[in-house]
Amino acid sequence: MSDEIQTKKLMLYFPECETEKPIVYHLVKDYDLIINIFRARVTPEDEGYLVLDVTGTEEHILQGSEYIRSLGIRIDGVNKGLIWDKDKCAQCGCCVPHCPTNALSIPDRRTMEIVFNTEECIECLSCIKVCPFGAVSSLF
Amino acid sequence: MKSIEQINEKISSGKAVVLTAEEIIDYVDEKGLEQAAKEVDVVTTATFGPMCSSGCFINLGHSKPKMRITEAWLDDVSAYAGVAAVDLFLGATQLQANDPANRDYPGDFRFGGGHVMEKLVAGEEVQLFALSYGTDEYPLKELRTTLTINDLNQCIMVNPRNCYQNYNVAVNTSDKPIHTYLGYLKPHMKNCGYSSAGQLSPLLNDPFYRTIGVGTRVWLAGAQGHVYSEGTQHSPTCERGLLGVPSEGAGTLALTGDMKKMLPEFVRGVSLKGYGISLSVGVGIPIPILDEQMLLQTTIRDRDIMAQVIDYASDYPQRNGRVLGSVSYEELKSGSISLDGQKIEAGGLSSYSKARKIAALLQDEIKTGRFLLTQPIAPLPVEQSMKPLKESSL
Repeated sequence: MSDEIQTKKLMLYFPECETEKPIVYHLVKDYDLIINIFRARVTPEDEGYLVLDVTGTEEHILQGSEYIRSLGIRIDGVNKGLIWDKDKCAQCGCCVPHCPTNALSIPDRRTMEIVFNTEECIECLSCIKVCPFGAVSSLF
Repeated sequence: MKSIEQINEKISSGKAVVLTAEEIIDYVDEKGLEQAAKEVDVVTTATFGPMCSSGCFINLGHSKPKMRITEAWLDDVSAYAGVAAVDLFLGATQLQANDPANRDYPGDFRFGGGHVMEKLVAGEEVQLFALSYGTDEYPLKELRTTLTINDLNQCIMVNPRNCYQNYNVAVNTSDKPIHTYLGYLKPHMKNCGYSSAGQLSPLLNDPFYRTIGVGTRVWLAGAQGHVYSEGTQHSPTCERGLLGVPSEGAGTLALTGDMKKMLPEFVRGVSLKGYGISLSVGVGIPIPILDEQMLLQTTIRDRDIMAQVIDYASDYPQRNGRVLGSVSYEELKSGSISLDGQKIEAGGLSSYSKARKIAALLQDEIKTGRFLLTQPIAPLPVEQSMKPLKESSL
């Protein structure tokens, strides 16, 4: 198990489960994790989502994830709240100046094709407002 | 000097040399103009972007009993029924009934005529609701049904204004964000919006309309359509730069084609927040290389195509005619432009990537003999300009 500090993006899904617990507090206090929340929608007695970055050692991230799962919360480490549909995207580039982190970018200016880098996305949702083709949407 | 007939013979025998407007630039650099003009028969151009001033004519076929339709809605989008008993005209920018528009500013404009056209080409079902006052031979007064494009007798796209020869670059000098048809513009010129395929764009490769005229066969979203007229706002008397390429709006084309033969990828409804609905359409136009001069025109590069930067916060809506500056398509496509020392991020509405795909698809159709060239039956006007609306006091 590596002691190296790493950052992992997690999307938590609360299927009408216990949400009164101060999850972030426990992740920080008990597992020594640094938390950066991008988006959240958690309402009592209802389903909800939380998208965050956790930074810490591999072991602590694993333990923290286990703690989250023990509360009945599902973790999706791949998908995010923001979905870019490649087929719906008309590759116009309208979104690019509005993406603050270059998650949506045009790496090759010869072909002018849009690339979405999910790792860079901070879910600011600017792209949803400006995309004329409805190619980006939010799970929330 | 080649004729279109000679080029068509080569196309039919599978021997035509066809390059895209992007490929031709390096080819001429390498071979020289004289040699390349002998070798190359056709250069394919293309564009994909919002083409407001679009719509379609639909013939529904007759219901039983028959109906003389006076009002009609397709997926709750009003279609004009004042054409004939069962002919409708659906406009691309028409909003869906009860859309709050900009009453809740900025409006989302999620669905309209352009989206109905997209659904039809994609083969999806749309709902028809029609009303009438009833006549002796057309007694039916109300009709509700669902149909797909295959159920229609005809579904014919018309773009009274397409392929704008060049277009404005929009900025916002005010201190508030604005929503325009060239996208969301941040205050203090933090970004700009543009719309043209630049060096691939049809009318920038034939700036004086030598080969593109009324009757020219075009690739319209995958179907073989044609130019039926000059487009609305056709305004060729304008400022021109290198090789006569206009540095402002200029010429336009009116196009038509059979929507039943179109490809869904190239007919897309557009929702522009705070502005409204439009339709993005893909167009490809072949340029026959009749002589060296025609070839030279097709070697135009992004760096040589200039566009005017206009303030959409004041000068554009107030029709002041002020131009803040000029920028090249090379700059626009690099992702940012510079104006008075300020860096402005650039985002397009026109898809260069789709334009490249269309130019390659048309290239393939010509190479394999499936797309033949046409001689225009009439030229497009070369001297004409737009005048503003006459407003008189009552």
